[in-house]
Amino acid sequence: MATSPAPKTLFDKVWDAHAVRVLPSGETQLFIGLHLIHEVTSPQAFAMLRDMGLRVRFPQRTFATVDHIIPTDSQARPFSDALAEAMMSELEKNCRANGIRFFDSASGHQGIVHVIGPELGLTQPGLTIACGDSHTSTHGAFGAVAFGIGTSQVRDVLATQCLAMTRPKVRRIEVGGKLAPGVYAKDVILEIIRRLGVKGGVGFAYEYAGPVLEAMTLEERMTVCNMSIEGGARCGYVNPDETTFAYLRGRELAPQGPAFDRAVAWWRGMASDPGAAYAERVALDGARIAPTVTFGINPGQSVAVDERIPTLQDVPDDERPGLEEALAYMELRPGQPIAGTPIDVAFIGSCTNGRISDLREAARVAKAGRVAAGVKALVVPGSQAVARQAEAEGLPEIFRAAGFDWREPGCSMCLAMNPDKLIGRQVCASSSNRNFKGRQGSPTGRTLLMSPVMVAAAAIRGRVVDAREIL
Amino acid sequence: MARIERIAARACVVRGDDIDTDRIIPARFMKGVTFEGLGEHAFEDDRAQAKGDHPFDKAQHRGAAILVVGRNFGCGSSREHAPQALMRAGFRAFVGGSFAEIFFGNCTSLGLPCVTLAAPDLAKLMDAVEIDPGHEVVVDLLAQTVTSRAGVMRLQMPDGARKTLVEGTWNATAVLLEAGDAIEATARRLPYVSAFSA
Repeated sequence: MATSPAPKTLFDKVWDAHAVRVLPSGETQLFIGLHLIHEVTSPQAFAMLRDMGLRVRFPQRTFATVDHIIPTDSQARPFSDALAEAMMSELEKNCRANGIRFFDSASGHQGIVHVIGPELGLTQPGLTIACGDSHTSTHGAFGAVAFGIGTSQVRDVLATQCLAMTRPKVRRIEVGGKLAPGVYAKDVILEIIRRLGVKGGVGFAYEYAGPVLEAMTLEERMTVCNMSIEGGARCGYVNPDETTFAYLRGRELAPQGPAFDRAVAWWRGMASDPGAAYAERVALDGARIAPTVTFGINPGQSVAVDERIPTLQDVPDDERPGLEEALAYMELRPGQPIAGTPIDVAFIGSCTNGRISDLREAARVAKAGRVAAGVKALVVPGSQAVARQAEAEGLPEIFRAAGFDWREPGCSMCLAMNPDKLIGRQVCASSSNRNFKGRQGSPTGRTLLMSPVMVAAAAIRGRVVDAREIL
Repeated sequence: MARIERIAARACVVRGDDIDTDRIIPARFMKGVTFEGLGEHAFEDDRAQAKGDHPFDKAQHRGAAILVVGRNFGCGSSREHAPQALMRAGFRAFVGGSFAEIFFGNCTSLGLPCVTLAAPDLAKLMDAVEIDPGHEVVVDLLAQTVTSRAGVMRLQMPDGARKTLVEGTWNATAVLLEAGDAIEATARRLPYVSAFSA
């Protein structure tokens, strides 16, 4: 009689299925099922490949798009910024020379790399996925093992379709109960990072589970997994389930017909087994999570919208210097309520919150008012497909009528590599993922991270406000 | 590939936890198709705000090749531009409380060791370097020690990365290529590679 195999996590199943061999260093040579590239971190990798006299080993397993540098006002070529145009041309040339499919603006599928992979059906359960971008963790929402890599590792994947990796431990994070109305996936991940810290995930893959995650749509799960890296975890995932399979059915590059049914059987088998062992387990009560806003200079420095900014006495000794630095930079006082903080700019978009469901929710708020005097507000769809869907639903008209700018798809004001930037000491309510010093383009600019609905509400009131007062 | 066994040089301390890669190299300097010229922009915005008081601008740290940092150094963006900028600014090793994983991997790929010390040791090393910036600090990956005026300290480094550095196999492409057809064999075992064809 065959003994049943020991229960395993999804992470371990995916890792073991993709292990080519153990390297002399003790690291694992891991096969990468899907490689995504963009214009910022790939050109040097292609140059290294040429220097080594190597070819792309599996060109059909790499896909490209342009997102970081693309302007969101006019995407006509050549771009007005010569450096951006040079990066775009280099990517076009590298894709052509190596037989890599490039989703550019003409394809109708251009967008933020972590938005288009899922919407095209490229992102699937059970895969290993790598991309030269730290928010590759987003793809874990499908039950993939997905992580960001640097440019030398992009070269490794182009040349060998493999990476040399050390297996992390797995921490299961269970969010129980049910979210209150007006509380979103963004609030869940900000609360997880607040609880476990920005370095809490170093050395771990995060498995997000529990009733709150099970009830989430794929888009919401992507928001959670997207910010795993902000908690220090290079990779975070949710086990695939019927919601996952329903999302993938009929997607352009997902398996079709009988192949789809075979795929579902394999995907189902990759989910963590009941009784699998975890290095650690953490439990949170979803019902206690409130709309959350960051006040500092890393994504762990946050409070509920009805809370006060901590005082130096509220935090452990070793966090005081960081809190002092954050409050000085942000010009916020310890003990001050976060609600009421005035803003100058409101940004809705990014790989965290630039999907159709994010825009729909923000539009509900936009319908209820007008952007406050002196506030610049912009809405940037995550991809051309998101933009088309939004247009079909009449969302741009709602945003424009309320005084928001409606833009073309791209990374926009998340990261300051295109014309959308803060100026001087501006404060931005942002649906993106990082509130680092200078992140949004002004070396002294300030960022408050929150959900898209909270950003829309802040735009209308001109200050941080609980969006539930408006909805 | 060079074996990275021992780095002996003057050091420079940048204090603070959670220093992210946007601070190490602001995104506006990533516009370009090469890594050239990044060295002069390392920590540019922090330096401007410190008005000459940033460690990188102090004369006594000129020529330092070991950077001593706090916890979670290099968090945030995966940009290899960050270690590239520090390497091009002359740094060949990092000693810290802890490192963000992608930054750590990027450094290893460039032959730059990131080693950690226990908190009390790190505090002593930081003080020693600030008191006497001119003295030589030795990061020894074979003996697994950091030696300075503060004494001989035991360093920590994941064994896999340490081995690739001391054995000179840190450029992973060459090592990964040695797997040969085993790569294709692995691909054939994965049903999605053939699009779940029957």
